[in-house]
Amino acid sequence: MMENGFSSPRNDRFNPADLRVLVVDDDPTWLKILEKMLKKCSYEVTTCGLARDALSLLRERKDGYDIVISDVNMPDMDGFKLLEHVGLEMDLPVIMMSVDGETSRVMKGVQHGACDYLLKPIRMKELRNIWQHVYRKRIHEVRDIENIEGFESIQMTRSGSDQSDDGHFLTGEDLTFARKRKDAESKHDDKDSGDASSTKKARVVWSVDLHQKFVKAVNQIGFDKVGPKKILDLMNVPWLTRENVASHLQKYRLYLSRLQKENELKSAVAGIKQTDSPSKDSANSFGLQNSISVHHHNDVSSGSYGFSGSNSLVQNVNPKGLEGDLKGIVTIPVTESKRPLTVDVPNQRNVRSSRSSQIGFDCSFAPGESEVSFTAFDSTVPSQYPWSDVPQTQFKPEHKPLQLEDGFSQLSLPARGHHIQNDRLQSCPSISPGSSVADRDNNLKPLDTMYKSNYASAISVGTAVDSFPVQTKSHMVNHQSFEAIPPATSSMKSHGLNLSSISDLESAQRNINWGIGSSLAALDDDLQFCWLQGDCLPMNLGLQDINCSGYNDPGLISEVPFHLYDTMRFDYDHHYDPTEYSVIDQDGCSAIMGDNAQGQK
Amino acid sequence: MERNQQLRRQLAAMRQSLFDQGYLDEQFIQLEELQDDANPNFVEEVVTLYYRDSARLLSSIEQALEKSNTLDFNKLDTYMHQFKGSSSSIGAKKLKAECTQIREYCKAGNGDGCVKTFQQLKRDYATLKKKLESYFQVARQAGPKEIASRSK
Repeated sequence: MMENGFSSPRNDRFNPADLRVLVVDDDPTWLKILEKMLKKCSYEVTTCGLARDALSLLRERKDGYDIVISDVNMPDMDGFKLLEHVGLEMDLPVIMMSVDGETSRVMKGVQHGACDYLLKPIRMKELRNIWQHVYRKRIHEVRDIENIEGFESIQMTRSGSDQSDDGHFLTGEDLTFARKRKDAESKHDDKDSGDASSTKKARVVWSVDLHQKFVKAVNQIGFDKVGPKKILDLMNVPWLTRENVASHLQKYRLYLSRLQKENELKSAVAGIKQTDSPSKDSANSFGLQNSISVHHHNDVSSGSYGFSGSNSLVQNVNPKGLEGDLKGIVTIPVTESKRPLTVDVPNQRNVRSSRSSQIGFDCSFAPGESEVSFTAFDSTVPSQYPWSDVPQTQFKPEHKPLQLEDGFSQLSLPARGHHIQNDRLQSCPSISPGSSVADRDNNLKPLDTMYKSNYASAISVGTAVDSFPVQTKSHMVNHQSFEAIPPATSSMKSHGLNLSSISDLESAQRNINWGIGSSLAALDDDLQFCWLQGDCLPMNLGLQDINCSGYNDPGLISEVPFHLYDTMRFDYDHHYDPTEYSVIDQDGCSAIMGDNAQGQK
Repeated sequence: MERNQQLRRQLAAMRQSLFDQGYLDEQFIQLEELQDDANPNFVEEVVTLYYRDSARLLSSIEQALEKSNTLDFNKLDTYMHQFKGSSSSIGAKKLKAECTQIREYCKAGNGDGCVKTFQQLKRDYATLKKKLESYFQVARQAGPKEIASRSK
């Protein structure tokens, strides 16, 4: 299903006259007029009197249309529903139209992802410009692809080595980890893990009815607590598998987060300053995390969103290229996005990282705290591997608490995330020189006053004990979902942390990077995994990857913590070979979902 | 030639009166502008299509209004919305306005208002149809060029 949705973006020159438009309106008179008008614009026009027909047309010819114009009121299917489906499955720009210019309706259209809302009677001059929506989208896609292509090549080199069914995202080393993770999962939920491999390839067409059942189930469960298994049970469709649901849920979240991204860029900013707030958890290590999380917040606030964020991230990554230099990273990436803050953050991190890799690690762990953090934990675990050189077994992803105990006997703090951090810190010193803390502080200050304080605390954390404020910050980030989702956020932050740590590590050790990358991926998003695989392994792109993930995460956080993850994956998948990745996604999803679900339990 | 001149003048007058009397709005001009060699009778085709398609809707509305005691305002409103959208396609200004009026009555729960305005709407619907039919008839006599006459 996933492949369908994503037509390969075309790099060729964009010609507005080549636009292929699908017009959907139950009113034949309007259909005739619009057809004529669009033809006068020299677009290629297909008309359709029923929303359902339109949907099947779109499904039949995945790459057959560039844009959809749909009436809002149609007897067979609400235009908003169609819009939702198109957004979910084809990711095409959709223009809504109606005689009704009521603000609430227009708003609803925009909320559902309409790129424009035209009032009838529609004028030629309005249609002459609709190609801009396609063009805009394409520009973004091309940008993504360019960035990704670099990764892809990398990936190619290594692809031959290890593509196990389950562990796609993981590199050779990680495979073991993946397996363990799987095992752990299976302990949690045997059925789930079982399905994953067997039904991976099954494709389900999500009919309107099916989707409605799905949405109903999601609403019934509550968005925060939703998991594929629960949905599946509620939907009660015998042939549907958990994998199918997981994949669809992922898309749905992606879709929602995209909407949110579009609708709510405004709100995100506030979080950054709040970082000071006391952390709930008692763990010492958090301090570091906090600092990191702050950065993320900044990013978020700056307005980068999961998607856009990813793009910018990618770009950034490229410039940095394979080099492990922290500086390079810092300079390039963030600037694109409008937020000044973000830029600063990377720098800071880099600075630190070079000196002390430990910090980075700490960060990664932090996320584990909240329920959601489960996933995060898993991910964090892998990262630890490289650093401490601890045997993989220790890191078994299963439960956060478990991991902590195993891996980090030394500092085990009450909070899971804390434990991890502590361990790392200790281990880190070995890797990077201990002096790092002081240096960091200095560096940080110049960069951002705001952060300085945080950093300082973070540094102190390096010692292992300190403030826990960071975590709270994460909460701040999530506007909407604060209460429900806090855990998720925290995990996100952890990503950010990882990133920072990664950059440091990079300079120091590629291995480390690896670990981080894996950890990131594991944490929440399959997406990240993908990146990691391609990027990090062969080239020591770790830095880039990390950065990307970090950026993404913040963006994600700002939007919707949970959804974010999914979304990220999506994007990545698209870029990559769709089939391959889709599979991955599903697996990843299921795994993640399972984690989430468990965590919530 | 003389006769043709006359027809053209007549056509222009008919057309103008449709605007002057508030039956049509600029959308009609839009349609005229869309007419080209590929579709020399575009306006007429569209108008014909409109009247063919809306007849069914109109009778649905009529049926809904017959049960005046248990009038389903929501349903009626949906119909009126549809009808309004359709009427906007040919620029039927008066009909559009009446649709809007009825929808307001729907919101207010004013059944009598709905019925009364709908009666008016039906009359205007028929009148416009007649006027347009004769307009197109004259246009055909005057020749294809005339249809596109665009005196504003």
